[in-house]
Amino acid sequence: MSARLETRLWVAQRASAAVLAVLVAVHLVTIVYAVRGGLSAAEILARLDGHAGWFLFYAAFSLAAAAHGAIGLRVVAQEWLGWRGRSLDVAAVVVALLLAALGLRATWALTV
Amino acid sequence: MSTWRARNHPAWWAFLVHRLSGVLLAAFLPLHFWALAQALDGAARLDAFLRWSEQPLVKAAETGLVLLLAAHLTGGLRLLALEFLAWRPWQKSLLAAAAGMSFAAALVFALHVV
Amino acid sequence: MEQSLSVSVWRGDARGAFREYRVPRRENQTVLDVVTWIQRRLDSSLAYRFACRVGMCGSCAMTVNGVARWTCRTHVSRVAAGGRLELAPLANLPVIRDLVCDLEPFFEKWQRARGRFEPAAPERTEFAVVAPQTPERRAVDAGIECIGCAVCYASCDVVAWNPEYLGPAALNRAWTLVNDVRDGAHGARLAAVAGGAGCHACHTHMSCTEYCPKGIAPTAAIAGLKRLTLRAWWRGEL
Repeated sequence: MSARLETRLWVAQRASAAVLAVLVAVHLVTIVYAVRGGLSAAEILARLDGHAGWFLFYAAFSLAAAAHGAIGLRVVAQEWLGWRGRSLDVAAVVVALLLAALGLRATWALTV
Repeated sequence: MSTWRARNHPAWWAFLVHRLSGVLLAAFLPLHFWALAQALDGAARLDAFLRWSEQPLVKAAETGLVLLLAAHLTGGLRLLALEFLAWRPWQKSLLAAAAGMSFAAALVFALHVV
Repeated sequence: MEQSLSVSVWRGDARGAFREYRVPRRENQTVLDVVTWIQRRLDSSLAYRFACRVGMCGSCAMTVNGVARWTCRTHVSRVAAGGRLELAPLANLPVIRDLVCDLEPFFEKWQRARGRFEPAAPERTEFAVVAPQTPERRAVDAGIECIGCAVCYASCDVVAWNPEYLGPAALNRAWTLVNDVRDGAHGARLAAVAGGAGCHACHTHMSCTEYCPKGIAPTAAIAGLKRLTLRAWWRGEL
């Protein structure tokens, strides 16, 4: 993999990190607030269902987390498992797509 | 291993916490997404899962996850500061600040679910 | 204070083993004193390096109780807990014999990072004026005292985990050159230090900064390279 492509991956990692910093902060505050007095499906859906804002929030969250997680896991695999080359890159893309798909599915389940 | 003697300094532990928390969160995410997507089968399915998660052990695990997430977030902010801001002496204290905030977040969560 | 030290010394090449020696303990004893005592009194076949013995040349760098240090500047009283010392060659480098390692890969990566001054306009004959208080000059000053002892390289886990990684010293030198306003290879040097073998592989473990005997912070230099390569990438110049 070329230096330019790896630079691009590093940039994507930092950019998604910056995006996630905001989203995670909001998510933590939201969750701490929401779990007060117990959690039920009705409460969650009442807050999220049909809400365009939360849809965009969690869709962005899913995509950023998928990219950030896949790029990060790829580096860990290279350094700690000695896994390198084409097969690792393919695996990383698969992980990214899987996380994105599962995340968007969950987003759809709760906000649409 | 002899290398661990050289790794015994704060910035290295910060790295290890950041990497391990990242790996664990990445492993947890698919479960999290699957659990939430239970709502696709109706609110009752999601409720069943939420009732299951009321167990103390699960609540403890959730608190652990909040700790991991807060640690990864604050550690990540520390890294962004170290990389993107010109080197400054106060940056050494970022680690302490990050650790403190993580524990605070986890504590607040724990207090709310107990 | 105990009368003698128990010293474990690596003998042989990569497939060697530790051998035990008993060395008399003295006041104001450095680890270099200990190694020299072994070689002169107990085993003249022991191979090790030193030169200036006053903390200027970096030749005596080796692994002392698991940590890369200069033996001439390491007092036994500071490191020999319980009267025990463990001496091994620097990590992350091929072992030639006993406590001597091959620094070739270290300097080869230095060249790969374009860690050499490349003059800008050869036809200019007047002296370049570099004001000492400019940010660039101060950035250079913070890292220019490196003497290439390889302690940082031996301490870096990314070097251990990623064979292509150029390492803290080479990148630190590249940073001093990128900030040298007289140098003419800026763009090419940034390209040389970008990517998974370059500055982007650094995870800010900071072992290099922790153990540098000259008090240099290669982590800071590498962070600077990350910022500059980002800017170059953004402008399509990388």
